[in-house]
Amino acid sequence: MAAAGAVAADLEVVRGKRAALFFATVVVVLGLPLWWKTTETYRAPLPYSQISGLNSLKLRLMVPVTVVFTQESVPLDDQEKLPFTVVHEREIPLKYKLKIKCRFQKAYRRALDHEEAALSLGSIQEAETMLAEPSEQAEGSLTVYVISERSSLLPQDMMSYIGPKRMAVVRGIMHREAFNIIGRRVIQVAQAMSLTEDVLAAALADHLPEDKWSSDKRRPLKSSLGYEITFSLLNPDPKSHDVYWDIEGAVRRYVQPFLSALSAAGNFSVDSQILYYAVLGVNPRFDSASSSYYLAAHSLPHVINPVESRLGSSAASLYPVLNFLLYVPELAHSPLYIQDKDGAPVATNAFHSPRWGGIMVYNVDPKTYNGSQLPVRVEVDMVRVMEVFLAQLRLLFGIAQPQLPPKCLFFGPKSEGIMTWELDRLLWARSVENLATATTTLTSLAQLLGKISNIVIKDDVASEVYRAVAAVQKAAEELSSGHLASAFAASQEAVTSSERAFFDPSLLHLLYFPDDQKFAIYIPLFLPMAVPILLSLFKIFLETRKSWKKPEKTD
Amino acid sequence: MAAAVRISLLVLLLLGPGGWGQAEPPRDSLREELVITPLPSGDVAATFQFRTRWESGGGQPWGQGVSHYRLFPKALGQLISKYSLRELHLSLTQGFWRTRYWGTPFLQAPSGAELWAWFQDTVTDVDESWKELSNVLSGIFCASLNFIDSTNTVTPTASFKPLGLANGTDHSFLRYAVLPREVVCTENLTPWKKLLPCSSKAGLSVLLKADRLFHTSYHSQAVHIRPVCRNAHCTSVSWELRQTLSVVFDAFVTGQGKKDWSLFRMFSRTLTEPCPLASESRVYVDITSYGQDNETLEVYPPPLTTYQDVILGSRKTYAVYDLLDAAVVSNSRSLNVQLKWKRPPENGYIHYQPAQDRMQPHLLEMLIQLPANSVTKVSIQFERALLKWTEYTPDPNHGFYVSPSVLSALVPSVVAAKPADWEESPLFNSLFPVSDSSSYFVRLYTEPLLVSLPTPDFSMPYNVVCLTCTVVAVCYGSFYNLLTRTFQIEEPRKGGLARRLANLIRRARGVPLL
Repeated sequence: MAAAGAVAADLEVVRGKRAALFFATVVVVLGLPLWWKTTETYRAPLPYSQISGLNSLKLRLMVPVTVVFTQESVPLDDQEKLPFTVVHEREIPLKYKLKIKCRFQKAYRRALDHEEAALSLGSIQEAETMLAEPSEQAEGSLTVYVISERSSLLPQDMMSYIGPKRMAVVRGIMHREAFNIIGRRVIQVAQAMSLTEDVLAAALADHLPEDKWSSDKRRPLKSSLGYEITFSLLNPDPKSHDVYWDIEGAVRRYVQPFLSALSAAGNFSVDSQILYYAVLGVNPRFDSASSSYYLAAHSLPHVINPVESRLGSSAASLYPVLNFLLYVPELAHSPLYIQDKDGAPVATNAFHSPRWGGIMVYNVDPKTYNGSQLPVRVEVDMVRVMEVFLAQLRLLFGIAQPQLPPKCLFFGPKSEGIMTWELDRLLWARSVENLATATTTLTSLAQLLGKISNIVIKDDVASEVYRAVAAVQKAAEELSSGHLASAFAASQEAVTSSERAFFDPSLLHLLYFPDDQKFAIYIPLFLPMAVPILLSLFKIFLETRKSWKKPEKTD
Repeated sequence: MAAAVRISLLVLLLLGPGGWGQAEPPRDSLREELVITPLPSGDVAATFQFRTRWESGGGQPWGQGVSHYRLFPKALGQLISKYSLRELHLSLTQGFWRTRYWGTPFLQAPSGAELWAWFQDTVTDVDESWKELSNVLSGIFCASLNFIDSTNTVTPTASFKPLGLANGTDHSFLRYAVLPREVVCTENLTPWKKLLPCSSKAGLSVLLKADRLFHTSYHSQAVHIRPVCRNAHCTSVSWELRQTLSVVFDAFVTGQGKKDWSLFRMFSRTLTEPCPLASESRVYVDITSYGQDNETLEVYPPPLTTYQDVILGSRKTYAVYDLLDAAVVSNSRSLNVQLKWKRPPENGYIHYQPAQDRMQPHLLEMLIQLPANSVTKVSIQFERALLKWTEYTPDPNHGFYVSPSVLSALVPSVVAAKPADWEESPLFNSLFPVSDSSSYFVRLYTEPLLVSLPTPDFSMPYNVVCLTCTVVAVCYGSFYNLLTRTFQIEEPRKGGLARRLANLIRRARGVPLL
């Protein structure tokens, strides 16, 4: 009876143990994966290794230079060797993780018949127009013509000429080392026309460590898909001045040609407005010697803020806005001059603010006040104004003065205000800047996502990241093969995609669920469920260990 | 702003063709107007209207991407071209126009924000444009218009026809939304003022001082954009922007119970100079008195002209002040229109001090002469608001008390009491000093009000979670125990502290042991 009872009790105990083990198994096999799966954040896979690879990206900027030799430019036996190709490669030292190499690939060849004919003309302008017509050159490429040492195409004291198109002329030499000497001259000219350290340093100014030149280098606008240009006429005193400006004509005549030449670098939209009762934030000082008012250089930074609230944000687009302000000072404060740091009046009576725009003070001719009652009608001389604004526009786009090699003939831009090779140089700089921006964005996105595991990564974010990485790689490839236009397009795509991924709002959805709050919700459920299971598992473990030890003792 | 850098070198040679296009650019025009209407209730309504016309010709005559603005604000002009708008009407209103007391308004608007727009028929995705438009407008006017979405947007089919020039009225290009909860404040007024060509520096807009305008019973500001005919034959189209602002000043509160008003008292500013850009700038004052007796009121300075017309179904007379007329302003260097009632209004005294949250309560004192055998009802409206959660009393469901109102009255005696010596009369009779023996003083109190406010349950979500989890855990625990425990019948044991204690006591009492 007792034995039967004990057997029954044993059976019960074994059944209890099995039930406890079953519970534990169900919890481990079913419960845990279910909990894990339902609370998991969706994270699409990202190309982390490729992104970290971008950091050590080596950019090789290839500038294809065609060097054309006319007859008598080099010794005859040297001419026999043509055509051939020479590569001149040089690393650009920048304190930046991107390694940039500049590579001039010079393809030497003989001149064709029409080129010979053009270069034997009397003046360089005629030669240029004849040469430009038949062949349109690809963006970023250069053609250098080597003419005879005694050619009268250039003035005798000039060694080289840089044209407004992608063309230059260099004097040849009759020498045994002719190719070497000419090669050096060609490189000099080509560097002036395409890539220099300055240009790249300015493009990467945001990514480089601070140095003393940085404020000057940070003047250009950041690269963007488009720009909005606003011309504003500020008339703080409409009671005395009735100001007219022919902005329609000025934009059509001066700004549109410049912008259409620049259209490869982005979309532009232009508008103008007139603001009344808009005053500068600084009270000008009176100078009794010249009986005029002046704004000192140190007070110029304070001028802009109060005006800016009136300018109005651009509602219609997200592109950066460039403001050009023409300020007609009120009667009580005119004439008004801007002083530089030394106290001398600035010739243009204008100043500009980096990445913001420019302001020009336009004084009304004092003769207009004679004999006419207020308000006097003021016609703005748009040529004077647009000269200043276009010069500022060039600076704000980072089109710096070219650094010419010595003894070089150079006429400056034609009426559109920009030379073709300057545009190329801008595109080189912008491509490099875009690549640097996209790389930085992707790297910090990858870092952020790696660090915070709560962030959801949706498929479309991931696809944007993939697209950006591919575009960066494509742009680097195109740069190294010398296709500037497609490289620029790819770099823009890289920036757009990487920023779209970085600023995607879905990244923020689950960010604000800290761990302590999650556990405050979990504990009331998990603690009462886990404690019995763990306790019974512990008990079973103790019993089994005891039953294992017993046989050992009997042995 | 970053440091400015000068240009000292100019390298540009501009080789443009000389000579100016002599064609005069199309001239935009601005008209401004203020109408002041004394309302039947004694309040004063002021309605500003600023009309800017943009003679751009409806389309974009300067081609894509280039546009020029003179008087018309650039921000709104860009909206028109970007979203292909045909009409845009936006109003932001605080308060409600009480037609019963104030009469018919010139232009009423619902409380909160109202936005409706007609798109041009070139727009392909109207809903998308509408969404973007409301977002941009919310940025321009600092209002929460970005809360406009499909849940509060409708497309009316019968009302809200285009107010301007329209050749087709396909209502699928119309969108209408109202946000009644929107609160209008200074931050909405500032961008609205910025759209005015003279900003708030000259002309009628000088009067737009925010702290006075929002100290009113009704404030409504609006922007209406529509295409209108440029001339009588309607050969070309120009855009019209009407900015309107109506306010109703509570004359009793600001004027200590008098109905007199002046520009300075209402706006705390006077008009000093006209806006030089405006082609018309006028102030109209409604001097139609409500009886026919014109002698009851006096306007200063006396108007040079008056204007009579049938407005909203009744004949009205307006005193007109033209700011562009030099005589109006130059007399006194500033114009402060005043209106005085010659006969003082009856029912002398009302004092009202509005409450400030957590600072001071409402106070309303009225001196009324009650007619015999009549019922006088004084009602005051109030709003119930949620308190901060720390401000609830320990028993918030009990409700909150509103203190009783007080009625102090001098009641004429039915029986003329003989003048008694104040010192000798009983104390209960001499509590209040009586000056006149024909009446006696009474002070009555009403019941306090118990108002029950909604009380939130702050910890509810966590309680629910905890409760559910506990229920689940209890069920699970007993189930688990049932399944895993072994149950045995336990043999009764010999010893035990309790039994021994019991036996000790039993032994002492001589009872058989257990």
